[in-house]
Amino acid sequence: MGMTITQKILAKHSGKDFVEPGELVMAEVDLALANDITGPVAIEEFKKAGGHKVFDREKIALIPDHFAPNKDIKSAELCKTLREFAKAQQIKHYYEVGRMGIEHAFLPEQGIVLPGDLVIGADSHTCTYGALGAFSTGVGSTDLAFAMMTGKCWFKVPETIKFIYHGKPNPWVTGKDLILHTIGDIGVDGALYKAMEFTGDTITHLNIDERLTMSNMAIEAGGKNGIMEPDEITLEYVKNRAKKPYEVFRSDPDAAYSDIIDYDVKKIQPKIALPHLPENVVDVEAVDNIAIDQVVIGSCTNGRLEDMRLAAKVLKGHKVHPYLRLIIIPATQQVYQDMIKEGITEIFVDAGAVVSTPTCGPCLGGYMGILAKGERAVATTNRNFVGRMGHPESEVYLSNPAVAAASAVKGRIAHPKEVVCCDI
Amino acid sequence: MIFKGKAWIYEDNIDTDVIIPARYLNTTDPKELASHCMEDLDPDFSTKVEAGDIIVAGNNFGCGSSREHAPLAIKSAGISCVVASSFARIFYRNSINIGLPILECKDCNKKIKTGDILEIDTDKGIISNITSGEIFEARPFPEFIKGIINAGGLMNYAKEVDEKCRQ
Ligand code: SF4
Repeated sequence: MGMTITQKILAKHSGKDFVEPGELVMAEVDLALANDITGPVAIEEFKKAGGHKVFDREKIALIPDHFAPNKDIKSAELCKTLREFAKAQQIKHYYEVGRMGIEHAFLPEQGIVLPGDLVIGADSHTCTYGALGAFSTGVGSTDLAFAMMTGKCWFKVPETIKFIYHGKPNPWVTGKDLILHTIGDIGVDGALYKAMEFTGDTITHLNIDERLTMSNMAIEAGGKNGIMEPDEITLEYVKNRAKKPYEVFRSDPDAAYSDIIDYDVKKIQPKIALPHLPENVVDVEAVDNIAIDQVVIGSCTNGRLEDMRLAAKVLKGHKVHPYLRLIIIPATQQVYQDMIKEGITEIFVDAGAVVSTPTCGPCLGGYMGILAKGERAVATTNRNFVGRMGHPESEVYLSNPAVAAASAVKGRIAHPKEVVCCDI
Repeated sequence: MIFKGKAWIYEDNIDTDVIIPARYLNTTDPKELASHCMEDLDPDFSTKVEAGDIIVAGNNFGCGSSREHAPLAIKSAGISCVVASSFARIFYRNSINIGLPILECKDCNKKIKTGDILEIDTDKGIISNITSGEIFEARPFPEFIKGIINAGGLMNYAKEVDEKCRQ
């Protein structure tokens, strides 16, 4: 019996030739990640357990991104805890405001996570790096504390569901729409405890940024990880970024899957997830006239350069609707700079948007765009739970960057073709 | 272990953002977290919950973020045990790691009412509804989870497993 890519990476990191679903393994991690919310809890656990020195100062990443630049005194204290620990332990991957980015956009961009790696993070969207062919998954702060001490983490080897996407995506359909469609199909617990493996010829039409978006939202279907086999596009992407050697794994042809699900991508149109679950997915065109108050383009899901290019394509020469706020947050400092170089920032500012420094900010209702009671937002983020972006009676609609940009112009949920005359 | 308390019934997909909204994540103080527990869904929860009470929910309890603040808030609000049809993976892991007992029991939230008095034997996986007289069987913990509980939490258990792996 063969193994899936997920099994292979877990086997390799636990020193075994073969692992099977359900088996418990203790695996070595290539990188353990925490942020300004989960890091301080992990640091406390680390100290409580008598930890003096981290197992490897080069294999830990501490990134202040959620409430940074510090939104208030309490979050300043959290960032300070992270900074002081990073300094004392000489953590290699600590990045200060002004040089950082939202963790899940930043680490792949900087070549810190690579194909074949085993990565854990005290953040549920750690599954993002699956797009590069890594096994990566979210854990809690206690798990992270243990990993910082020992370099290890325990896992139950998951079963895998294989998703096969066929065909070239329609105009304005992106990786975001494919993953929203998938979550809408299987539900928010459709892949509970399982690995999601994304394959099919459609994936070869997607750039890395779109692939990262898909893997990012595996957790929204309950998945343990969301993985893709590396191809030429992946290797091209990591070539000049990789800071260390890496290994490419692929699923065996006779690997076992708990389920195989096929999608005809030609039937998929731009999607939107209605409040208050990412599984409430409908076609943008099927939505009635829903007026909105705010649009957010950013986050670890859709705050990368390709996302910004797409939003700019829609916004160019248009104005943001008079009573609506358009908040644009590049996910990393690099994206921020590239936007300026390509003239994208100018397009946004001309349109009447506010452009922020990288931060999670409004994605989790932190700051930089909190919703009042009864307000509605379209966001390129990944969660639309009750109160996610502010008041418990506010609403969040999830979409791709083009739909978000079109909605900002129209002041209601809109298809990009309503704003841009010719399809891309 | 045996727990006794009144039931709080919730639906499917109770996410970590309603268990503890992110706007309160600028603290790690368990008492402060507890005072906001469930507030976006059930504003009365933190004032009415009593020590020993039991949450009984549907599928996918604790979905969403990896914040350990969620099981921490529930635990320090006084909840002794959470029963759900199923749990989100990271929440399950975190609860075990911090010592919040959790049990999987299908559709319990449809058969038990808010306010019913429950008695739970976590070793046997037996949930008794004292109010109605009904008895439910929960799925017993897998062996490796029992190992973590018996070792007194993740840090200790993982050290044991680690030593075994080295041998
Ligand atoms: S952008 Fe949103 S989902 Fe991503 S890491 Fe930040 S808070 Fe989490």
